[in-house]
Amino acid sequence: MLFKLGSLLMKPGAKMAMLAFALVFPFLASNEYQVYVMASAFVWAIAVYGLNIITGYCGQLNLAHGGFFAIGAYTLGLLTADAGWSFWPAFVAALLVTAALGFLVGVVSLRLKEHYFAIFTLCVGFIIYLLIDKWEELTHGPIGVRDIAAPYGFGVVDFTETTPFYYLVLAFLVFSIWFMSRLSRSLLGRTFIAIRNGDELAQSLGINLMRNKVMAFVLSTTYAGLAGALYAGMVRFIGPEEANIVHTFDMITYLLVGGIGTLTGPLLGTVGIVWITQSLQFLEEYRMIIFGPLLVILVIFFPRGITGQFLTWMHHKAQSIAPANKRKESKVVNTQRREVENNA
Amino acid sequence: MNLFFQQIINGLTLGSIYGLVALGLTLVYGILHVPNFAHGALYMVGAFMSYFFMVDLGVHYWVAMAGSAGVIAVLAILCERLVFHPLRNSPPIHDKIAAIGILLFLEAVVQMFWGSDFRRMTSPFTGIMNFDGLIIPEQRLLIIVAAFVLVFVLQMFLRKTMTGATIIAMAQSREGAFLVGIDANRVAMMTFAISGALAAIAATLYAPINLVYPAMGHLVIMKAFVIIILGGMGSIPGAIVGGMIIGFAEAFGGFYISTAYKDIIAFGLLVLILSARPQGLFAKGAH
Repeated sequence: MLFKLGSLLMKPGAKMAMLAFALVFPFLASNEYQVYVMASAFVWAIAVYGLNIITGYCGQLNLAHGGFFAIGAYTLGLLTADAGWSFWPAFVAALLVTAALGFLVGVVSLRLKEHYFAIFTLCVGFIIYLLIDKWEELTHGPIGVRDIAAPYGFGVVDFTETTPFYYLVLAFLVFSIWFMSRLSRSLLGRTFIAIRNGDELAQSLGINLMRNKVMAFVLSTTYAGLAGALYAGMVRFIGPEEANIVHTFDMITYLLVGGIGTLTGPLLGTVGIVWITQSLQFLEEYRMIIFGPLLVILVIFFPRGITGQFLTWMHHKAQSIAPANKRKESKVVNTQRREVENNA
Repeated sequence: MNLFFQQIINGLTLGSIYGLVALGLTLVYGILHVPNFAHGALYMVGAFMSYFFMVDLGVHYWVAMAGSAGVIAVLAILCERLVFHPLRNSPPIHDKIAAIGILLFLEAVVQMFWGSDFRRMTSPFTGIMNFDGLIIPEQRLLIIVAAFVLVFVLQMFLRKTMTGATIIAMAQSREGAFLVGIDANRVAMMTFAISGALAAIAATLYAPINLVYPAMGHLVIMKAFVIIILGGMGSIPGAIVGGMIIGFAEAFGGFYISTAYKDIIAFGLLVLILSARPQGLFAKGAH
């Protein structure tokens, strides 16, 4: 029974059902606040998809992700509030700025491996925070940026209201997931996975490590910038706290709970945890008392998160249903399974 | 000229604290090859433990420091047993994420008990020494002296005792250490205990001239990481020299360049150095 439920989730229909649910959600919600929470969960999910590219697929733990989120938010905020740009040009500029800065940081940081890369990006994230906090002439320092322009609609839609904005964010989220699914099936996505599984082996296959890693990094920072810009357009007020390292840790938690290196994981993890923290208000301040040990337990016992665990379980189930399979075939199943997991 | 010497004292003080924290970090890295992101949280809990012992139990500064070192050593051993030991065969990214999990947990627990207020910790060494215009607060002198004594004792322990030698042996070659019958678990626990105790002592020494608050470990741990990258990850002399470099760079940079940006100096230095030499300044070879 459960197995059938599982195979149901695997089908493309499940994705359609999730999309349909997201589309009707504003009508099911009992108040506007719930729509707002869902929209913010989607914004974070977009950022987590970005983190998934560099950390989940490419295997490099990027601890500056929250910093790039803040850069996206600040670019949009400063251009609209101080420079007087309107929303959409500033939005495009935010994407370009995060991509460009991602390229610069990536070129330097990706020469480092594993621990060095994680520590380096931790420092980069902190430099971003300090610059935002101290460079008062540009960023207004701790006061933050007010009066950020809201996205104006094209024609009849007004994105300043919660529900239209929700659909705007949803559209970007669907686009992000669609792009991810194309990416994970493409040669580029497979190259990222090859690098994660062993960069020396990947290199011996003729993969240009640096170029591909930088590519993954730029893609991930652009996702972060996209999420940051949407966030700035949604809350209309931002401060240096957006660059706090805690946000990066939050995103890592979302990613791990949902399933690192999977396609549906970031969405499930983000939406799930955002709603759990919302429904248990007291958790807001002390959520880390639960998240911290949760992270540890996840990496020890369920390193692939909800989605990954579910897929592994399905795989075992499938094998026990068809025990007559020859060993040779099970090898094929194994590779297939890996493919499925990377695309799930 | 006096101002210049004043900066030397400041640099020595900062360098001593950073060096002590970095020493613990580098010891753990040498043994387990884990960048322990939770080390800063141990430092912070160490300061709160001393604060708790001094304010709530009313014990003397030195007793509080010893008690805090003991508590944090046990806490560090628990981290090793419960978290890093089960993960010893996992991909490296898992250790890092688990360490972040510990960090988040400890910070949240401290925040729950003590709140996020800034607290002032008193110390019996409030006097000021005046050497012909050169002013040295006693606490700063204590920090410098204590750091030098601790480094010396640690060196003696590692070089002259059998137990200390097992740590060095493990750091040099894991397999080799197993071959001569060294118990990996014991060494790992001992290393974590030493590293935790060093962090707690550093925090207790520094807290009276700084403040005690839940986020106090963030900057220190990041600077300690910068230091061990500078000094080569796993290298003990590297941690001390690196600590002094960062301490002096901050003291002089903060004084002659800009106070607001003094915290960026260490990270800027790291970016510069790693851009030129991705393996760090003194590293012998990449792991």
